[in-house]
Amino acid sequence: MIRFILLQNRQGKTRLAKYYVPLEDSEKHKVEYEVHRLVVNRDPKFTNFVEFRTHKVIYRRYAGLFFSMCVDITDNELAYLECIHLFVEILDHFFSNVCELDLVFNFHKVYLILDEFILAGELQETSKRAIIERMGELENIYFRAMRFAIVIFTPWLKDLAFFSW
Amino acid sequence: MASPPPLPSSTSVLSSASSLADSLFQRSLDDLIKSVRSDPSSEPSIIARSLSEIRREIRSSDPLTKSIALQKLTYLSSLHFHSMSFAAFHTLELLPSPSPQTKRLAYLAASLSFHPSTTELLPLATHQLHKDLTSLSTSSSSSSFPFLPSLPLHLLSLASSADLSSHLAPDLVPLLSRSSPLQPKAVAATYRVLSLCPSTVPVLFKPLVDCLSSDNPLTVSAAVGAFCELSAPPNDPAPYLPLAPEIYRVLVNSRSNWTLIKALKIFSRLVPLEPRLGTRIVEPLSKFLRESQAKSLVLECIKTVVSCLPTHTEAMRLAIDKIKELLSSDDDPNLRYLGLQTLGMLAPGHLWALEESREVVAQSLTDPDRSICHEALRVMMAMTLQENSIESCTLLVRQAAKSDPEFANEILDSVLTSCSKDFYELVVDFDWYVSLLGEMARIVHCTKGDEISRQLVDIGLRVRDARPELVRVARELLIDPSLLGNHFLYNVLSAAAWISGEYVEFSKDPMELVEALLQPRTSLLPTSARAVYIQSVLKVLTFSCNSHIDESSSLVNDTVIARMLSLIEMTVGPLAESEEAEVEDRVRNLLGVVRLVANIKDLSGDKDKDGMIYEVVRVMDALFSDEMGPVSANAQKKVSVPEDLDLKDNLADLSEFISDNDAAMSRSNPSILFYPQSCNASEEVEVGPTSVAESTSLKEHRKRHGLYYLSTDKETTEPELTEDYPRVNETLPLSNGDTTRRVKVTKLRPTVVKLDEGEDLATSSSLSTKVEAMKDDPLSGAIKDVLLGKKGNGASSSFDASSSSQGKGKDKVKGKEIKSKKGEEGESKDRHKGRRKHKHRKEPAPPVSVAQETPVIQDFLL
Repeated sequence: MIRFILLQNRQGKTRLAKYYVPLEDSEKHKVEYEVHRLVVNRDPKFTNFVEFRTHKVIYRRYAGLFFSMCVDITDNELAYLECIHLFVEILDHFFSNVCELDLVFNFHKVYLILDEFILAGELQETSKRAIIERMGELENIYFRAMRFAIVIFTPWLKDLAFFSW
Repeated sequence: MASPPPLPSSTSVLSSASSLADSLFQRSLDDLIKSVRSDPSSEPSIIARSLSEIRREIRSSDPLTKSIALQKLTYLSSLHFHSMSFAAFHTLELLPSPSPQTKRLAYLAASLSFHPSTTELLPLATHQLHKDLTSLSTSSSSSSFPFLPSLPLHLLSLASSADLSSHLAPDLVPLLSRSSPLQPKAVAATYRVLSLCPSTVPVLFKPLVDCLSSDNPLTVSAAVGAFCELSAPPNDPAPYLPLAPEIYRVLVNSRSNWTLIKALKIFSRLVPLEPRLGTRIVEPLSKFLRESQAKSLVLECIKTVVSCLPTHTEAMRLAIDKIKELLSSDDDPNLRYLGLQTLGMLAPGHLWALEESREVVAQSLTDPDRSICHEALRVMMAMTLQENSIESCTLLVRQAAKSDPEFANEILDSVLTSCSKDFYELVVDFDWYVSLLGEMARIVHCTKGDEISRQLVDIGLRVRDARPELVRVARELLIDPSLLGNHFLYNVLSAAAWISGEYVEFSKDPMELVEALLQPRTSLLPTSARAVYIQSVLKVLTFSCNSHIDESSSLVNDTVIARMLSLIEMTVGPLAESEEAEVEDRVRNLLGVVRLVANIKDLSGDKDKDGMIYEVVRVMDALFSDEMGPVSANAQKKVSVPEDLDLKDNLADLSEFISDNDAAMSRSNPSILFYPQSCNASEEVEVGPTSVAESTSLKEHRKRHGLYYLSTDKETTEPELTEDYPRVNETLPLSNGDTTRRVKVTKLRPTVVKLDEGEDLATSSSLSTKVEAMKDDPLSGAIKDVLLGKKGNGASSSFDASSSSQGKGKDKVKGKEIKSKKGEEGESKDRHKGRRKHKHRKEPAPPVSVAQETPVIQDFLL
């Protein structure tokens, strides 16, 4: 089972953090710091698995971003390595050529994708196409809803503007 | 939200105006991110300002303003570590919002920030979660937003408390039993609810089991994953045995590697409980091993075969071939790492396979990647046996000399622990091992001085035949002045000094030894080591005098003795004023003896073998000639407590006499205390003539408690008699038989003195208490009980906790019946609702729980 997923850049700034076990804030901070220290100095030719406390971290580096997953010691390393790659492919497809800034500014969308992908620390969907299709649907819903809210909001704004003027 | 808000009335103009300003000029999340990124140096102040804005905005009555504030807060909290606990209530307020966007925001914020144990408001969310979970079946708006229940499912799986879980469990059932895109999500959430709140098992377990045979492959995958987690190590997999047929079907039919991996994991837990399952799964497993292109699946198959199908030779062959393939993939360090890992799993049973890959393993020790080195070291130690211990350990120590400090010490540590295990069982040639210890101490980064010194002394005490080599190694260590600067080696040097003093009779050149012990750089040593050095000088001196009198050694003559005396006088003399009591004490003893010998010599002239000099030297030599042996860790227990001894007396008054130093010293080396013993001896020396009485009292003590001393009779050193050399061993023929089991080696292994198996008391007792602790663990058996009860009651049983607990009782009885008449298939099928059609599983009566699992909740925590 996945304990947490972290996206960090080389400086150790967290770009995405999702925990599937309840941790206190201070503990999260510590974990992120430790994981960053663990993976940042590893040579690209090294293995992608590192032992972390009583678990292990499977990580993969894409340009300046480290995608790290903490899983149980008995879990299948290669499967989770593929899982990280799949997640990156989905992100890449969704943002068409994803870069760090996409993740920074589309914070909520990244969570949306991740939630489609993994629930309760378990992989939900292994088909890239299925997730992308589902994301299209969901985006549609949220996008439409957003416009709806603005339509309601605008006449009220006009009224108020008129009133105060 | 749909209707415009009422115009502000005169009473609330002020508050509305501020809220209006907030909504008009509110910064969006993008604005916030941009401002944070624009100036990294003033980031803290920008964030602090934003936080205070957010605190104001989040109290706004306008849901949009509120939601944007919450969105910003979520961002800051998850990426900049600012607590959002103050917003818990506002998050709850937004959960019922009709807008999917706002709802999603609120759920995200809740799932990121709510913590089951610290969020007190969590129970307030129960109703809203219930409403959202059931929205599909009740509300008419379901068509517009079919994914609504997935939001509460996420929250439920992340931040749920046991209370919340038990309230919402019934709402999961319809989601679980209807095939929809939400079904897999519901399965995953169900697993979390089950593990959090075992009392929901009667409600949720059957729908979850049914998901295993769903048409939707995603649901099956999720269900297998859920069972894989439920049966994971801290939990007892036994209750899931009845599910084996379902999972077998998944194993055969599923096309998804992910599902197959999870199914294999479940089987690897079930097969040890029911070996007959092994024969069933070996066939699909071999097929995967041969045909599958997916490395992850192959890896899982290897692990399963190696760990639970060691008797299936053909599958094992396949697995070993695959491991070799992994090992030989030079371009992918991941595969090599996993190859080493699986190779290590073969260890006790298939050593030949390890031996075949020895070269690859040895090569991996030099790998730049630490993870691979670790794994290689583990494999190396696993394949080290008596026959190849010399080869392996020499290679490892040579490797340690070349490695970086941290890894070097890890290598040394594992060599030291595995070689000293079970009274040096791995070591055949002690001369080699002792010189290896010396080599280890000389490795530049060595920090294992404590353990090396312990083993040096221990071998000295236990292995008589190794003493000459020990003295040689000790001499080399002592002579080298460069070692004196390394504070990690002080203990090793101190042990070396003690060895060369205690076994001085094997020394080739006593004068050289005294020079080494008194070299100028010894001033760098700490007090405790220094004291041992000086004490050893005393021993060497008395030995030299004695052999001079006997004329037994050609190396010792008048001039040597005279030089020795003057050297001692010169170097030790100034230390008589030393501030350290330990040193000062010993120095004075030594000087006393030196002056005594010198005086007598002057008085009686050269070559006088009669009279005083003869007596004094003999007495002193007799003091040190008594051999010290190892002391059993439970020797103390064997001494019956004298009746007049008051053990309950409070000794707190004494604490002021005992410094922390004393306590620490006696704790650091509980098994061999050469230091205090030599301390006693030195006191005896100083008394001079009266020490004869002391010596006789020692003899008396030996006579009375002979059991705890080693016999010093010379004839017992003869090889033929070594079998009964330590008298105590008579009770333990087993350990002796053990050591002589492998006799392929040309050189006979010297006897290692073992007092009794109780010497390992510390480790063995801790082990047994561990086992006890396992048994006594607070029972979270609820989940298992209910599972068992559920199974036993069959399909018709009601989802009622009380009835299921009765069912458990019934099941136990039934299980016993079945055990007595094994192989009665009919009944077992009956009990399992006729769903199980596989013949391979005759026994569905899982062993009645003996070992209970620990509470599941703790195990989720890191």
